Amino acid sequence: MNARTALERLAGYPYHLATWREASGYPVTVAVEARFEPQSGTATFVRPAGLDVPLSGELSLTGSHIRPRPGYGYDERRHLTVWGLPSPSPGGGITLRATAAWGWDEADMPFFEYAERSVPRSRRYFRALSRRLGRMVRPRLSFFWLALRATRLPFLSATLIPVLLGILVAAAEGAFDLPAALLTLVGAASVHLGVNVANDVFDTLSGADDRNVNPTKYSGGSRVIQYGLVSLRGMTLLAVVFYALGLTVGLVLLATRGSPALLAIGVLGTLVSVFYTAPPVRLAYRGLGEIAVGLGFGPLMVLGAYVVQTRGELSAGAAVASLPIAILVALILYVNEVPDRHADAAAGKWTLPTRWTPEAVVRGYTLAAGAAFLAVAAGVLAGLLPVTALLVFMTLPLAFRVRAGLRSAYDRPYELMTAMGLNIQLHLAAGGLLLLAYLATVVLAALLPEVRPFLR
Amino acid sequence: MAWLPEPVRRLLDAALVAELSVVRRDGRLVTYPLIPLSDGERIYMTSSVLFSRKLEHIRADGRVSASLTDPVAMGGQTGRATIQGDARVLDDDVHDGWTSVLPLWRAKEPVIDWFITQRVALPLFFERAVIEIVPRRVLYWPDGRTDVAPQVLAAPETA
Repeated sequence: MNARTALERLAGYPYHLATWREASGYPVTVAVEARFEPQSGTATFVRPAGLDVPLSGELSLTGSHIRPRPGYGYDERRHLTVWGLPSPSPGGGITLRATAAWGWDEADMPFFEYAERSVPRSRRYFRALSRRLGRMVRPRLSFFWLALRATRLPFLSATLIPVLLGILVAAAEGAFDLPAALLTLVGAASVHLGVNVANDVFDTLSGADDRNVNPTKYSGGSRVIQYGLVSLRGMTLLAVVFYALGLTVGLVLLATRGSPALLAIGVLGTLVSVFYTAPPVRLAYRGLGEIAVGLGFGPLMVLGAYVVQTRGELSAGAAVASLPIAILVALILYVNEVPDRHADAAAGKWTLPTRWTPEAVVRGYTLAAGAAFLAVAAGVLAGLLPVTALLVFMTLPLAFRVRAGLRSAYDRPYELMTAMGLNIQLHLAAGGLLLLAYLATVVLAALLPEVRPFLR
Repeated sequence: MAWLPEPVRRLLDAALVAELSVVRRDGRLVTYPLIPLSDGERIYMTSSVLFSRKLEHIRADGRVSASLTDPVAMGGQTGRATIQGDARVLDDDVHDGWTSVLPLWRAKEPVIDWFITQRVALPLFFERAVIEIVPRRVLYWPDGRTDVAPQVLAAPETA
């Protein structure tokens, strides 16, 4: 901030403090009546009575502001200091000629961004503290919270919904194997967590996560490497463990099912998950991340779970049921990429929001969300989805709210969090209603076999 | 040891913000707004490792001053005070050590308890050092007017 701008801003503070160093070596800070002349780069203040303000060397003027919120604390935080060289003014006061300025205003830079930009400083502090104390000091979280954060566990719903859907579609057609269903859930969850952790590893290696100063709870990765909570090596090992577990479960299912379709789905799923961010393919870096996620958490998971239950059979109904889930999960990524787009572009991660204008991104959201609902309607009309699947339309208002939020808060990452949260709710609610629709079909088939839940 | 005059203690108890001025290695004075906490004898402030530059300055030169100036941040009290003192940084346990001053913090910023439940979201913010200030000298302006000479009080051992 240049001196003139700083003085203009400082003039707007409710009170001003002059700070200088006394002969004793202690600083002294005193409220003063100040008059600002930004054009000339000066401020003049009344000499505090009874105190000796030295006119040699530097002194500063500071402004500080908060708004108390009783029972809560305060907000509207800002402060600003201007340093300069003092000289006597004609009226007996002191004129400060500004030379430097520093401050923070949360209206200009939200606290979370300010904190994120300060992460490198915390790393330096921990290194120095470790040297001083003679032992390694790192930031900590309890195991539970660290595991939750490092794996981004809450996002596991993106796996649970398609796998349960595949199991229920098969159950609606009369095929159900509980041990295989549980194994499928464990295997798919392991691969998903492996993808999450590997994504952090590769985004750290590429520099995308380090460049991102606007992470939110939905975007920007887990940050556990950036914050020093887990090492890069530790996260790499964790990804390998999850993939190994997923692969083992996949091989067990393959061995017990002997299905070529399952083998194809498993191989394709593994390739998509590994090469989502891994070089040399790096689908997410080529504008194919959204499609990869839609494919992985849509058709591959739904059909994979379905094929395990039916021991190798495929069905058009399962494929169609996976489409809305695929689109809505891809849209989670798509919207979450909006606040990351500057950091992603700087790291060469060319996601769709880095390539498109804001208008195009919003239009893309509208079209894709519309397609998800259209797929449900078409599936019901074609007799491939049960009529109860139309319950999904109850979530349509959520899609409109996400679109409105995306449009209005596109450039404000922390305000966009509301739309990101609603978008996740949309996937959860639509997926949950689709699961309910198939559960009703299974129950109906058992209790009222004469009722036909499909149009054809 | 609790020599701080009662009106200044009242300002300390009420203040949501004090301006802490510290000396940088090159001699420049830097002023930071922080919540002042006090047990009547010493002043405590806490700083996240994210904003740890002030801690480095204090470690190099512990001479500081804390200014209680903003009537809005002091519940409408118009008195003003500047407390000069010797500061030290307590950071042997940045993870939990600062919770010793949590009861004092909670009294001024009740929302801190909610923030602590969100520690998983802001892990580095809650890795904190405590700045402990032993007051040496107080400048006090009863009605806040600094065009009038302040009352000056010194700690007994330095008086």
